[in-house]
Amino acid sequence: MGILDRDLWSEVFSTLSKNMLRTFLTTLGVIFAILILILLLGATTGMSNGFNKIFAGTATNSMFMWTQTTSIPYKGFERGRRIDFTLEDVALIKRQVSEVDIIAPRIQLGDFGGTSTVIREGRSSGSGVYGDYPSIDLVSKKRIVEGRFINQNDIEESKKVCVIGLDAYKLLFDKGEKAIGKSIQINGIYFSVVGIFKKNDNINFEGENAIFVPFTTFQKAFNSGNKIGWMAILVDPDKQVSVAEGKIKKLLKQKYNIHPDDVRAIGSFDFSEIFKGISAFTFVLQGFSFFVGIFTLLAGVIAVSNILLITVKERTNEIGVRRALGATPKIIKRQIILESIVLTTFAGLVGFVISVAALHFLDYKFGGSDEFPFVNPTVSIPQIVFSFILMVGLSMLIGLIPANRAVKIKPIEALREE
Amino acid sequence: MIEIKDLHKSYHMGSNSLHVLKGINFSVKEGELVAIMGSSGSGKSTLLNILGMLDNLDEGEYLLDGVPIKNLSETKAANYRNKFLGFIFQSFNLINYKSAWENVALPLYYQGVNRKERKERAVKHLESVGLGPWIDHLPSELSGGQKQRVAIARALAAEPKVMLADEPTGALDSKTSYEVMDLIQKINDEGKTILVVTHEEDIANMCKRIVHLKDGVIMEDTLVNQVRASAHVQ
Repeated sequence: MGILDRDLWSEVFSTLSKNMLRTFLTTLGVIFAILILILLLGATTGMSNGFNKIFAGTATNSMFMWTQTTSIPYKGFERGRRIDFTLEDVALIKRQVSEVDIIAPRIQLGDFGGTSTVIREGRSSGSGVYGDYPSIDLVSKKRIVEGRFINQNDIEESKKVCVIGLDAYKLLFDKGEKAIGKSIQINGIYFSVVGIFKKNDNINFEGENAIFVPFTTFQKAFNSGNKIGWMAILVDPDKQVSVAEGKIKKLLKQKYNIHPDDVRAIGSFDFSEIFKGISAFTFVLQGFSFFVGIFTLLAGVIAVSNILLITVKERTNEIGVRRALGATPKIIKRQIILESIVLTTFAGLVGFVISVAALHFLDYKFGGSDEFPFVNPTVSIPQIVFSFILMVGLSMLIGLIPANRAVKIKPIEALREE
Repeated sequence: MIEIKDLHKSYHMGSNSLHVLKGINFSVKEGELVAIMGSSGSGKSTLLNILGMLDNLDEGEYLLDGVPIKNLSETKAANYRNKFLGFIFQSFNLINYKSAWENVALPLYYQGVNRKERKERAVKHLESVGLGPWIDHLPSELSGGQKQRVAIARALAAEPKVMLADEPTGALDSKTSYEVMDLIQKINDEGKTILVVTHEEDIANMCKRIVHLKDGVIMEDTLVNQVRASAHVQ
């Protein structure tokens, strides 16, 4: 009688199926345990996916740097001095800081975050106007819905072209009107529209009513000279952003005679820190889910063992009869362990089905919403396989307790019990 | 078939020791139908349990069909029980969630007989005890006499050398008791060795030999003229 023996299994199944209520009650604990485990893991994945979606298109190994006012008097300069970065600084950083991969300098019309009036045929839009290099797209990806983004040719020839956001388009054009090739007027200068972008579902710096023009065109059109507003810096993937940040700041502080300890003079924002924080957060959350899930599962399996223990007591007479009829201790043991495994596995499957359905429901309900970072909550195959193996393993181990109890009963005592 | 020499058995409960069987010598030949009688506490159930390998003996010898039965492991005892013995109990001891034929087939399952053959043989035995139409019934759907007949069919199923019946009629009214005894006699007529523990005189007289037990020793061991139970059964 091997483990694949049909009779062995039919014996187990008939015992379980003829005691439906007991079987059902026994499985509840495991069903809930698996439900909780899978829901927690799925929700964590959903949240992690949600965060990833927010950051999709933003290079994780990047930072932004801009100027502020000095806070410490240095080398005869008073505090409160404002400095401006220039294109030379960009070249200097590229030369001296090896960690830096790409620098995309940017300049904006007016103050940071401010808007300018853009006019077309009597309509107007208050838009942020930025002078950019094509490489900005590598740091913060734009979703182009029509046309194209600024390219190198635009830069070299200082073409009077622009890429406008969807909001700006709505304000400046009729619905459905073709915008590509049309001109819009910014501060009295005409630019030809070459592309329309839509914001990503992620971090947005400019909003949907921004307008991008080639950096070189901006310089000429608005007479900004070598000045730049701020720079987006992409660091080599295998290098630390914070190291590069330190080096760049040191370099620029020397150049502009800023006190080495002045932390306010140059502002920066390290994206990798945020990413690290969030991946650590989701990692911890995942670990926590597993921890909670596994202990719930353990509790569920112990419940199975407990009920089997009670049923062993209840079935004392039956076990005695079986042994009088020739069941060896091994057979009795195997039957009870198999019952434990079958119960747990069945309960686990039911739990999986319910939890997967619940995850689908959650995804349907909350997935893809902009307010809540929750996308595609799923559990991976390794996670499922792991929990399944764990579950079956635990049920086998825990099934030993009632099995041993059953074997300890002497047939003669069992038969006396009524 | 059964050979017992100087059998002793004591039970220990705390500091008290109860000497139940005090040197039993007794043998049963093939084809005998033996009644073991005695009041409660005489040791008759203990003797039957030892004969049934459900309990171990302390001292003495027990040969079953020439095989010495002593200090058996649980596994070995189970195999011997399955091969050599058929049990009939006072309280029937059927498994209540299994149908009549499944109950009868259980000893065959432990012998490793395949399902198809198990069912065939179980049905054959149920028919031989007159329960042909009830093979698919659960024990709860059967009367006491029918239950005991299922139990007898089960005891027969493994084709044992000896059948041990512990108060087989104890839970039955006298009419049903005689029907059951009639069945036991018929099985004995076919050559099966049967031991019946009872405290009822009329049941004992339906056997071929009566062994009286008192205080752990055999008081009397006599052959009797068998009363046919069929005379009482209409």
